[in-house]
Amino acid sequence: MCITCGCGNPEASPHDHEHSHDHHDHSHPHAHNPGVAAHSHTPESRLISIEQDILAKNAGFARENRRLFAVRGVFALNLVSSPGSGKTTLLSQTVRILGDEFPVAVIGGDQQTANDAERIRAAGAPAVQINTGKGCHLDAHGVGHALEQLPLPEGGILFIENVGNLVCPADFDLGEAHKVVVLSVTEGEDKPLKYANMFAAADLMLLNKIDLLPHVEFDVAQCLDYARRVNPTLQILQLSARTGEGMAAWLDWLRQGQRAALAQQAARLETELAAVRARLARTAG
Amino acid sequence: MHEFSLCEGIIDTVTTQARQQGFSRVRRVWLEIGELANVELEALRFAFEIVRQDTTAAEAELDIITVPGRAHCLDCAQTVPVQQHFDPCPLCGGYQWRLVSGTELRIKELEVD
Repeated sequence: MCITCGCGNPEASPHDHEHSHDHHDHSHPHAHNPGVAAHSHTPESRLISIEQDILAKNAGFARENRRLFAVRGVFALNLVSSPGSGKTTLLSQTVRILGDEFPVAVIGGDQQTANDAERIRAAGAPAVQINTGKGCHLDAHGVGHALEQLPLPEGGILFIENVGNLVCPADFDLGEAHKVVVLSVTEGEDKPLKYANMFAAADLMLLNKIDLLPHVEFDVAQCLDYARRVNPTLQILQLSARTGEGMAAWLDWLRQGQRAALAQQAARLETELAAVRARLARTAG
Repeated sequence: MHEFSLCEGIIDTVTTQARQQGFSRVRRVWLEIGELANVELEALRFAFEIVRQDTTAAEAELDIITVPGRAHCLDCAQTVPVQQHFDPCPLCGGYQWRLVSGTELRIKELEVD
């Protein structure tokens, strides 16, 4: 059994579920929803109301991760994209620069190999790879365990590089502050429509590999229009991790987030400190 | 294929409920799935048939109640139906809307004995 979360032990859970259990003994059939076909059950059976999110367990682990990030002043990001959008190159360049300013660390998810983590470590940041095997996404439980193997970048940034997949990772909250979706100009400009759930779930979109625009047929304006149709509040930055064009705006966005996380940590600590001082004053009296 | 993970979540909840509420067999599981939820219903049904094996829900049928997509349009200040994340508002043609419902992934009810 695992110590952190009790995985392997069916009784243990790191969170409280919110749900009601109504046993009803009334006769059926009845309609649950106007417009939905009524359903019936046999006299021996009973109905139990559950009203619980299917993803409740993941949400509990995500809440734990988020609480840890808040307490330790970590700005955590969940990077999602198709395979081959340039996430690892982008992260290598990013940690190479920001690693001189504050702590950074990377959790990478891939079905197989530790190649990405090695590239990140070569760029100077601690990195741990989660191999999902056949799994198509990272979940909050796996990220919680990966955190045990990393020096937590207190007061800095944790990048979680998700499995290359624009479908499944959209549903799994990892405890991050933001999902950042990376799209490259070697893909289709209609990906925001094709994978709308992901672009709807993200707060920032990075359009990567813009140095290749002269060589590919990619309508930037059309792509940005599609992305904003799906998500009117989506922030969008255009860059090339390879040439460095546009990287400054991305790095500034990251620094702002890191400072905000630190400011929240400071505010939290001040509140705690004030409470302790108040207790001390009462004891002295 | 995160539908398998979703089904594992469903069976996990069902198994916990069986222990807490003392039932041994699930006949039917009602889910509420939003129209804009990131789920392929056929894949969900397929995964459920596999994940339910050797559990209290081994013979359970899956009933899926679709929750219609509804959005609040900021431009016309109305609640309107939407089927896709990129649908324009049916009243004003704009895209400045926020979903009110339609992304649900919920276990609603069980029939057990």
